[in-house]
Amino acid sequence: MSGRIKDTGSEHRKGRRNFTRRLWKILGIVALAEFLWFILSLLKPSKETHKSRPADTIRVIGSVEEFPAGSVTPDRVNRLYIVREKDGAFLALSLTCPHLGCSVLWNAETQQFDCPCHSSAFDHRGIVLSSPAPRPLDYLPVIIEEGKVKVDLGSMTKRKRFESNQLTYAL
Amino acid sequence: MTEHHATEKREKSRFGLILHLHPRKVKASTLRFTLTFGLGGMAALLVVIQVVTGLLLKFHYEPSPENAYNSILNLQESLLFGKMLRNIHHWSAIAFVWVAFLHMLRTAFTGAYRPPRDGTWITGLALMLLVVLSNFTGYLLPWDQLSYWAVTVGTSLLSYIPLAGEPIRRALLGGAEVGQPTLTNFFNLHTGVIPLMIIALMAWHFWRIRRAGGVIVADRDKESPMADTKPYLVNREFVVAITLLAAIFIISSLLDAPLRERANPAFSPNPAKAPWYFMGLQELLIHFHPLFAVFILPVTALVAAVWMPYIKSTDRNQGVWFLSPAGIRSARMAAATGMIMAIIFITMSEILPDPEVLLPEVTPLLTTGLVPFILAAGTVWLLLKYLRRRYSLKRSEMIQSIVVLMVVSYAVLTVTGIFFRGGGMNLVWPWNV
Ligand code: HEM
Ligand code: HEM
Ligand code: FES
Repeated sequence: MSGRIKDTGSEHRKGRRNFTRRLWKILGIVALAEFLWFILSLLKPSKETHKSRPADTIRVIGSVEEFPAGSVTPDRVNRLYIVREKDGAFLALSLTCPHLGCSVLWNAETQQFDCPCHSSAFDHRGIVLSSPAPRPLDYLPVIIEEGKVKVDLGSMTKRKRFESNQLTYAL
Repeated sequence: MTEHHATEKREKSRFGLILHLHPRKVKASTLRFTLTFGLGGMAALLVVIQVVTGLLLKFHYEPSPENAYNSILNLQESLLFGKMLRNIHHWSAIAFVWVAFLHMLRTAFTGAYRPPRDGTWITGLALMLLVVLSNFTGYLLPWDQLSYWAVTVGTSLLSYIPLAGEPIRRALLGGAEVGQPTLTNFFNLHTGVIPLMIIALMAWHFWRIRRAGGVIVADRDKESPMADTKPYLVNREFVVAITLLAAIFIISSLLDAPLRERANPAFSPNPAKAPWYFMGLQELLIHFHPLFAVFILPVTALVAAVWMPYIKSTDRNQGVWFLSPAGIRSARMAAATGMIMAIIFITMSEILPDPEVLLPEVTPLLTTGLVPFILAAGTVWLLLKYLRRRYSLKRSEMIQSIVVLMVVSYAVLTVTGIFFRGGGMNLVWPWNV
């Protein structure tokens, strides 16, 4: 550093220099954040192109008569179970265990869903009977139109407990 | 020019690359095998093996759920040495985790992480993460039942991280579950991004080692004479490299890399385990509240590891295994405590009733999170107080004792997860295995 700078208001200059240096740092961090944002957005939308648009996520599973009252029917293609209660109400449950993502299996004898991975168990409405699962099986609202049972795969919903509005009645 | 000079010049150019990576002369005392066990060099060789075999595998592998499994079958069955190629990549990957981990322990237990080697240590930590990540991303590629469910379970661990966990998991998977976008992401990371990062970081790692003046030297060896890198160091490295290569070739010709049935999203195998190097985490998750098991504990460990070099200590007994006689004794005590603690912990949570059933009105965050956490931390604190009093430990020896305790208890968890968990992840007592 030259003597000239030092003796004419060096404090002032130093402050200004520190300020510009800090400004550069902040700009650098902003640039980095933008770059990371860019990378992340690159990861996301390209994947969405594979997915079908919302309207296409509605699947016809079968007609109402195919599901007798008090039955549990797996749909392995769409990875869900169609549950029909004794009183005829429908409920669609996700196949995926909320613990670590394995596929649960329906055990007709004990009338419960068992997870083969870490022994979680659920009743026929997907409510936890034994841990480690932290919450009930996710459910999908069933849509019944013209005698057909349909689900909207995009409407998979997490829940804490069973509520009767999760059921759909065939009228 | 004399003939002697001419040969010397040719020699020099032939070894130019090696001398580029090494100084011309090194301290003779650092040549002792039991200082480094050649682990850093082995790690470097494993990078080369993985890149070469990986690039060859890429000629046959097809990264799509429809064809991936068949492309591996085809590679194994109809290509000359195809099976061997895959075996080498598979067993080297496992060896890599072991070698990098042991190398990390060796640098920790010879006190080689402290300044001026802090930069080496921190680039090393980043390398360790990358090695595990490249294993994890590679694991999905064969698309069989083993890899599909290991990746499902492994990435589901992420969803327990509060707030950020689910978005991270979705970004990694490219969707809600493992599928084509996941395979695209993992393949890209595995065969492009991660190897490049490893190579760049490795260069930085090496540069930091040179900047620190080479491998750590104990005080008592400070006066040790210098030895020529060629032949003394180069020959030793050559022997280590040839031995490692031979071991990998023998194992790869005797044992085949596993390949189960094609991945089937509708049926999970029982039990479904994360890859072996994550089994300690999965085991932790059986006992601890998820927030602690997959977030608080690992993040604490990582922050502590980054911070470790900067904790001031007055003593300078580096370059000696376990620092000092007192260091050795307290490390032994810490190892025993860590082992007993982990075993008691696993046994207790097996025998005692589920706290969620016993005390349903208390939040599990307390009963399976904070309370056991405080109990464990308290035990460690008491042990440290005792060790410090008994052996009048310096700070670096205290740090070492904590590291030993953590490593040993985590190892017990990992071994339990891998060997003593049967169907439904229920504990199988060692006498029933
Ligand atoms: C791809 C992985 C790695 C490679 C290729 C590598 C390579 C090396 C080499 C060749 C050396 C010098 C000789 C030796 O100690 O064997 C070294 C030293 C060192 N490494 Fe690594 N390493 C890797 C991973 C790690 C990891 C995971 C850590 C720890 C977190 C680490 C920390 C260190 C430290 C602190 C030194 C200095 C040791 C001393 O000066 O005595 N490295 N590394
Ligand atoms: C940095 C070190 C690397 C590690 C730790 C690693 C690890 C792995 C692992 C564990 C697998 C699964 C193998 C199995 O099914 O048993 C795998 C597969 C694969 N890796 Fe790597 N890898 C590394 C580098 C690379 C590189 C650099 C490439 C290519 C550029 C590559 C290409 C592949 C391919 C194509 C597969 C699929 C073939 C198969 O599964 O057998 N790898 N890798
Ligand atoms: S994934 Fe179902 S119990 Fe763990």
